[in-house]
Amino acid sequence: MTEERWRLSQAYRIPLEGAEKLDLRRYAGRMFLLGATHMGRIAFMVFEIFRGLGEWRVWLPRTWEQAYQVGVGSLFIVFLTAAFAGGVTSLQAGYQFTSGIPVYFAAGVITQSLILELGPVLTGLILAGRVGARYAAELGTMRVTEQIDALESLGRSTVSHLIIPRVLAGTLMLPVLVIFADVVGVTSGWLAARHTLDITNYDFVYGARYFFRPYDLWYSLLKSVFFGVAVTLVPCYMGMNTGKGAEGVGKATTAAVVSSSVLILALDAILSELLL
Amino acid sequence: MIRLVAVHKRFGENVVLDGVNFDVQRGETVSLLGPSGVGKSVLLKHINGLIRPDSGEVFVDGELVALLPRKELQHLRTKIGYVFQFGALFDSMSVFDNIKLGITDPACAEDEHFCRMRVQECLDLVNLSPMTAEKYPADLSGGMKKRVGIARAIAGRPTYLLYDEPTSGLDPVNADIIDALIQKLQGELGVTSVVVSHDVRGSFRVGNRVALLTDGKIRKVGTPDELRDSDDQAVRQFLERDFGSAVVSS
Repeated sequence: MTEERWRLSQAYRIPLEGAEKLDLRRYAGRMFLLGATHMGRIAFMVFEIFRGLGEWRVWLPRTWEQAYQVGVGSLFIVFLTAAFAGGVTSLQAGYQFTSGIPVYFAAGVITQSLILELGPVLTGLILAGRVGARYAAELGTMRVTEQIDALESLGRSTVSHLIIPRVLAGTLMLPVLVIFADVVGVTSGWLAARHTLDITNYDFVYGARYFFRPYDLWYSLLKSVFFGVAVTLVPCYMGMNTGKGAEGVGKATTAAVVSSSVLILALDAILSELLL
Repeated sequence: MIRLVAVHKRFGENVVLDGVNFDVQRGETVSLLGPSGVGKSVLLKHINGLIRPDSGEVFVDGELVALLPRKELQHLRTKIGYVFQFGALFDSMSVFDNIKLGITDPACAEDEHFCRMRVQECLDLVNLSPMTAEKYPADLSGGMKKRVGIARAIAGRPTYLLYDEPTSGLDPVNADIIDALIQKLQGELGVTSVVVSHDVRGSFRVGNRVALLTDGKIRKVGTPDELRDSDDQAVRQFLERDFGSAVVSS
């Protein structure tokens, strides 16, 4: 019984003496309260961000630095991912569009898939890993080494110095990266389609233009703005609330990547329902 | 003047401060002694509002720290230099930028010439060469990091200086250098200081008064001589345990 209590207390992070009283309702309630606490704190952080926007002399130069690191630093991996995504979409289109369907339809499917879905979502997920992990680890390390306390003790706003530049940089640069991803993805899809579908350039352009609506591009960019907020705000929150030591930084980094990735997928579903 | 009145603080089940009453008069240096993990740093962080008390009041210059609005709290913090235990230097910035960040007056901070002069001045005060300004925290030894931390804390010409374990982890020679530096800064800048430490000898050397924090309360406060002559068993035990009878009786 003691071992069972110990196991439950470890699993659910509750005091040993309360472990035997655990039931599913309590656990659900605890998780709900934990979630509500996080939501409340994130809402407070967003409020602080809006309040800190007035200190533009502090956050503006730092935002350019961060934007450069997010944008230029992520270009290669975004290009690579988009190129593979475009190529694979074409290969699969070649597999599916066997007969009876005009071949220019494939061009529409490839471009639409990339612009509406693969470009923004894959870029968002890449940045959740690359930028989100970095932000959580950076801020988490600053928290455990008291650098954030030091900043506050100097009378500086941590939101203006650390959070606003990162959130703004991600929110601004993700749409830019998505435009690059869309272009590279469609181009690689086009090149691959010429081999897999034997499609002519004229047919590809015709098919792509036939199904294209300018709204699709706006939708893609709007989605990427939301993803940009998700991949920066959540990791910043996780980093700022890191637990103690290296383990705390590790946990915060993992939680940041997982949470922002899940949030991207959830936002993708919600925005598709609302905007399409 | 700094005043803590019946300050209570707990983290979960762990009661750290259990009704602390503590005063620091203008211009004096008070050493706060106590065993490791007793809550000395927590008490120090109450003074500049990095931690808020569960109950009780913390006054700095007559202002109730916990109730200050954000802007006023930031302004108050510019008057309080804080030297962190492990330096807490911004590792992505050079020593120059670290110290420059300590210049809290916005007009001065934008004047590049003033900043260069002030950084040099602060490095000079903490006995570091001007070349150090171009280095990064990773290139510095433990003692140098502490001194850069002090330079950053004094760059904004604070009224108060709070030192969190300024000599911990240092060899005796470097610890003596830091102690001498604290005395020098007190003499030259006339700041009001609180020095948290478990180094009895250093605390007795730098403090006009010494306070002993145990079991969440200030057990004894007085001049170094008063503490040395105290009959309180806990005080004697602490002093003797750390430094032996030779120091206590010196």
